[in-house]
Parts: sequence; C-alpha cells; structure tokens
Amino acid sequence: MSDLEGFRSEVRAWLEANCPAEMRKPVRDEGDVYWGGRNASFKSDAQKQWFEACRDKGYTVPEWPKEYGGAGLTGAEGKVLRQEMARIDARPPLSSFGIWMLGPALLQFGTEGQKQRFLTEIANGEIRWCQGYSEPGSGSDLVSMQTYGEDKGDHWVVNGQKIWTSYADEADWIFCLVRTDKENKYQGITFMLFDMAGEGVSTKPIKLISGNSPFCETFMDDVKVPKSYGEDIPAYVGEINRGWDVAKYLLGHEREMISGAGGGDRTSAIGAAVKRNVGEIDPVLRAELAMFDVDALAYSAMGEKFLDEMKAGKGHPAQPNMMKYVGTELNKRRHELMMAAGGSRALEWESEDTSGGKPARNWLRTKANSIEGGTSEVMLNVIAKRILDLPGA
Amino acid sequence: MPLYHDDDQTMLAESASQFMSEQGNTQKQLRHWRDRDCKDGFGHELWKQFAEMGFTGILVDEDHGGLGMGHVEAGIVLEEIGRNLTPSPFLTSSVLAATALKHASDDAKGRWLPGMVEGEKIYAVAIDEGAKHRPETIRTRAEKSGNGFRISGQKDFVIHGASADMMIVAARTSGDDSDEDGLTLFAVPKDASGMSHDSVRLVDSSMATHTKFDGVELDGDAVIGEVDGGRAVLNAMLTAGRIGAAAEGAGVARGAMDMTIDYLKQRKQFGKLIGEFQALQHRASHLYSEVEIARAVVIKAAQMLDGGSEKADLMASVAKAKVAKAAGLAVREGVQMHGGIGMTDEYDIGLYMKRDRALQEFLGDQYYHAGRVAEMSGY
Repeated sequence: MSDLEGFRSEVRAWLEANCPAEMRKPVRDEGDVYWGGRNASFKSDAQKQWFEACRDKGYTVPEWPKEYGGAGLTGAEGKVLRQEMARIDARPPLSSFGIWMLGPALLQFGTEGQKQRFLTEIANGEIRWCQGYSEPGSGSDLVSMQTYGEDKGDHWVVNGQKIWTSYADEADWIFCLVRTDKENKYQGITFMLFDMAGEGVSTKPIKLISGNSPFCETFMDDVKVPKSYGEDIPAYVGEINRGWDVAKYLLGHEREMISGAGGGDRTSAIGAAVKRNVGEIDPVLRAELAMFDVDALAYSAMGEKFLDEMKAGKGHPAQPNMMKYVGTELNKRRHELMMAAGGSRALEWESEDTSGGKPARNWLRTKANSIEGGTSEVMLNVIAKRILDLPGA
Repeated sequence: MPLYHDDDQTMLAESASQFMSEQGNTQKQLRHWRDRDCKDGFGHELWKQFAEMGFTGILVDEDHGGLGMGHVEAGIVLEEIGRNLTPSPFLTSSVLAATALKHASDDAKGRWLPGMVEGEKIYAVAIDEGAKHRPETIRTRAEKSGNGFRISGQKDFVIHGASADMMIVAARTSGDDSDEDGLTLFAVPKDASGMSHDSVRLVDSSMATHTKFDGVELDGDAVIGEVDGGRAVLNAMLTAGRIGAAAEGAGVARGAMDMTIDYLKQRKQFGKLIGEFQALQHRASHLYSEVEIARAVVIKAAQMLDGGSEKADLMASVAKAKVAKAAGLAVREGVQMHGGIGMTDEYDIGLYMKRDRALQEFLGDQYYHAGRVAEMSGY
C-alpha cells in the first residue's frame, strides 16, 4: 500500500469517527454554512461538533502549515481528503474569505508575525474577514479606485466607499485596497487590514434582484488605521504602495474559487437530477441537458487538471481566468436549464414548496457569477493578452 | 494520479511532436498522397517509420513485441497525428484492432500482431452499417458452416477497408438485429473470397469502403473472443477507439487554433493587425478555453480507461462529444478568421475543417454521444 493509500484509509477512518451524519448532506442554503467570526453561532450541535473536530485536526485549512492552524498536508494528501469528504458528502466545516483569499495572500506575502496572528485566527474561525476592492466608480477598471488613506505618521486616516463587499455587515475585519499615493496609479495602493468595529466604518446591505442581500456598501469616514498591530505585525500586506501586486495575486485566487474548479455543484451534471425532480422531460430540453452535461463533465475534468497542475507549478499562470470564465458561464446555463425544467413551479417566490423561492432566487444569483471577481469580458481580455499574446490586448 | 503527463509521457509527446511535424506534415503526407490520387490515402513508408518509433505497438504487450503502454500514450501520438493531419492507419490498426486482438487466442495474436508492430500490416474495423454509427444494431450475419462460419451482409465507412491486410468484422451469430448478445467478432483476411469493396474517397482525402460479404467462408479460428459474446469485445474496442478519435480530434482542434492565432498576429486590415480587434480577441479566447477543456477530458478518459474505471465508457462519450464541439468550433472559427484565403485549397486551415468533419462521424458524432451520456446518466 502506498503512503497515499495509507493516508486515505486513515482519513476515511477519521471521517467515519468524526463527521456527524447531519453533516453528510449537501449544503442547501446559507444557514448550512458555518462562517465563524466573533458573532457566529452554530445552527446545530452537529455543526459545532464537526467544526471543532476539524479545527482541532487542522482540517479547516488542511494544506496550511501546522504552526498556523493547518494540518500541513501535501497537495496530493489534500486531494485525497477532498475526495474522501466528497465521497460522503461531508460539508465544509468552515467557510470564509479568510480561508479562500486573505490566507493565501498572507502565506505568499505576509510577515511571520502576521501569519502567526491572522492565519491562526482564520483557521480557528475566530475572525471573519471581508474584502474591500470595488468602488462605485471602479468596477472592471479596479485600479482607478479612490478610497484614500492620508499618512499621519504612525497611522492613516481612511476615507472613501467600497461596494459589493460580500457579507460586510457580518464581518469582523476587512482587507481593503486603499490609495496611499494619488500620483501613482498602480504603485500607489496599499493592501490594508483593519477592524470594522473601529470608529467611522459603516455598512449598508444592497438588495439584489434575487431579493437577498449578500453584498454591502461599506463606508469609511475618517477611519484611523494604525500602521502596526505589534511587533512584526504591520497593518498592510506586502509593502506600502505595492498593494496592487497582492490584489492581483488574490484576484487569481478569487477567480479560481468562483470558477468552482474544486468541484461541487457548479461542475456536476444535472440531467439525472432534473429527471428525478420533473419526471417527463421535453425531448428538445433533454438534448440541451445532454449537451450541458457533456460540457459540465468535461469542465470538471478540466478543474481536476487545473488544480493538479497548479499544485505541481505547471500550467499557465493566467489559467484561473479561463477557469473563471467557463465555470461561471456554465453555471448560468445550468440555472437557465433548471428554470426551464421547473416550469411555473420554479417561478414561485415565497412558497414553502420551493423553500422560499430557491430555484428563482438561485437562478438570479448566478447572473452575478460572470460579473463579480472580473467580468467574462475582462477574463476574455486577459486570456487574449496573457495566454494568446494577441497584439494590443 | 495527477491529470497531466508524467516525465516519460512528456518525453513521448516531445518525440511524437517532432517526428510528426517533420515526417507527417501535410506537404510530405496528406497533400502528397492526395495529389497523386493514392488508393490507400496514406504512405506505407511512414507506417514503417511509425514502427521504428515504436508507435505501431504502443498498446501491444511486450511479449508480442509492443511497448505495453496505455491509452494516455496512444492519445499522445494521436494528438500529434491530429495536429499535423497525418494520414495513417494508426487509429484503426494500433488502437482499434490492437484492442480487439487483446481478446484473441494466442494463435491469432501470433498471426496478426507482429506484422502490425513491424509496420508491414495494416488493419481495418468493419462496424457501421448505414451512414450513421449505430453499433447497437448489427445486421450482418455469420451462420455456422462446417467447422467455421459464413458471413453475409454489408459494412459501411470502413476506413482503409481496401488497403487492409485484415479486417475485424462485427457480425451476428444469433438473436435479433438489436440484441445485446449474439454478436461475434471475426478477423477476416484480405484475400477472403466473397468479400468485395466499393472504395470511396472521403472529404478529408482518406479512403473508405462499402464492403460486401457475400457468403464469406471463414475457419473457426477467425473468431476473436467468444462466439455470441462479441459485444464485450466490441465495447472495449469502441471505448478505446472513441478516446483515440477524441485525442486525434483534440489535436485537430489545437492545430487549427494555433494556425488561426498565428494568422491573427500577421494579417493587417484597416492599418492594424486583425488580432488587435477585440471582436476577434474574445472569440479567440473563447476558442482557447474550449480546446483546453477538450484536451483535459481526453486525458481524463484515457486515464480512466487505463486505470480500469467502470466510468471510462461514460467519459469516452463525454470526451468524444466535447472534442467534437470544440474541434468543430476551432475549424469554423479558423476558416472564418482567415477570411478569403481560408477558402483556398492552398491554405491548410481548410484541410483541418475536412479532417474534423470525418473524425466527427467516426465512432459516433456529438449528438450520438451526448445522447449516450444522457442514457447512461438515467434520463
């Protein structure tokens, strides 16, 4: 038995002993996800038990180093763990922008002191982070952002407004792009970290076409951000005025995450589920579902190849843009087909039968997939420029 | 197993790429034989060179002189064949026939494998009856006759049928036309009496036959596998052949795409390189995405088949359908983005379009395979 197969049986036994039955069901809605943070509460004992078991084992962030709350797994071991969790439909024990986004940025650019403090807090689910990137006037053209931090010696005074800040109203801390040099477009941005409980920070949820409000406006009104939180813990990642490098690196991660490359619902086939739910399927719709399933199953093979290549340092560095483009367009098509299959029942907005209009609300939510984290059009621009090397792109 | 080529496979890809672009390019092969009205549609010299490279026996075990490799490796060779539009009997002989012969008796292996591995013999497979690939229904009959069988019927779209030294024929030995059971596979030698070919040149300049079997008498030892139990062998052939055809199609897609992207960087209109126009950039980027995904699913399917996964059959259909979609897009966009010269015979982009069309039909098109994906998924 290879080491990896030995690890697999170890993981299988650990999951058997530690993953409660209620946590072995696909996530149905927001309430099934545990996000951590100061104000977090568990929806059930099972959710708490599962989170704590994973936290103690380092499995909230399995591939992070042990000294920062991870389990120090290799890429191959991480893949085995994901496969074994997927096999029993185990829910993620903890979800957060800290895990997906800030963590990877700190692992790449952070100081030892920052890693010790912030990564450990993320791994333990103690602090919930949100991301302050877009502004009302800076969407696809993110680098034009205006939120300004005035240098006051040992601190900055930050003024400005962010938008599309996911779950800002529930977050504890924000990682935020702040202009610190107005003369310098790309090299005048600092990647700051600060507590949202501080004076001058306020948030306002934005109601979307789905009727839900996962995004907020975030206002900074004379917010005092100290330059340091203690020895070797600067309040910014990377260097002052070089936050764009960190932001670009992180956008890669965000695109990877939105692409659904790691598997899950976004890459699965849907024809069989539609048949179970709807019964008779119109023959032309069946054909469309079949063509969709071909694309979805092929894309999940691409997702596996993409992750394997990333872990081995192979593959084109701009490939996450391609994954994001295809994954989000596919997800929109998935929900169009599910709405078509669902017929008038899928139109219901509040009924119990639809768990409060889930099909319609989810369908509308997917329309943001190809906008957030870089639009499909921007992704195509980046592929043209960085991968295909087309002139003037 | 990670879903990319390991070091040995990368080396194989490099040598196959170099060999195919030097020896298998369109000037030396496809155009050369086409313009001489060659009855085979490929060059026997090149097939000998395939043997020297070890390609001919890539799936054949080492006891029979082959390399004993898997479908990932066969796919690597096929992707290069596709990229260079290299005409050869590799897919029908070294993938399809070789897969069938894995199920043959030692005598049959001894009779047929060495000649193929050495690049002396080429083989064809006779499956289709009618213009579309529908292997669920086999009407060609093989009746018991003395110690052997007597085959009657007709096969279509037999690639290399008239050139083949042996043809693997799927025939019905019992039951109704559409029965799962009751099939038997036969190795029919070139000189079998009662077999006649109507040769046709196809759109891609490859040669195929409508082959008639008019009471063709065969010994019992012509049977491959079990009498009446041929469906399992046929399915194994089809899965291997479909993944192989998908690999070649992915190569066609890549070849057409690369040629087109290069053209966007050279051609000027309105005082600009046409690759500067965002309308074309976005289409090129979309095409790149589709081709990358097609390549990924080909490797996935081949790995699954090599690993004995029971889902390899499903993934073979996903791969065949996905590649057909991506390669179809690549050749259509290729011709369109080349503009007028894309319509000329002088330029290779049109040859990619023709090859793609023929590969689409071979062992089932995207509609057939998407339908299979639906059926296998339970809807």
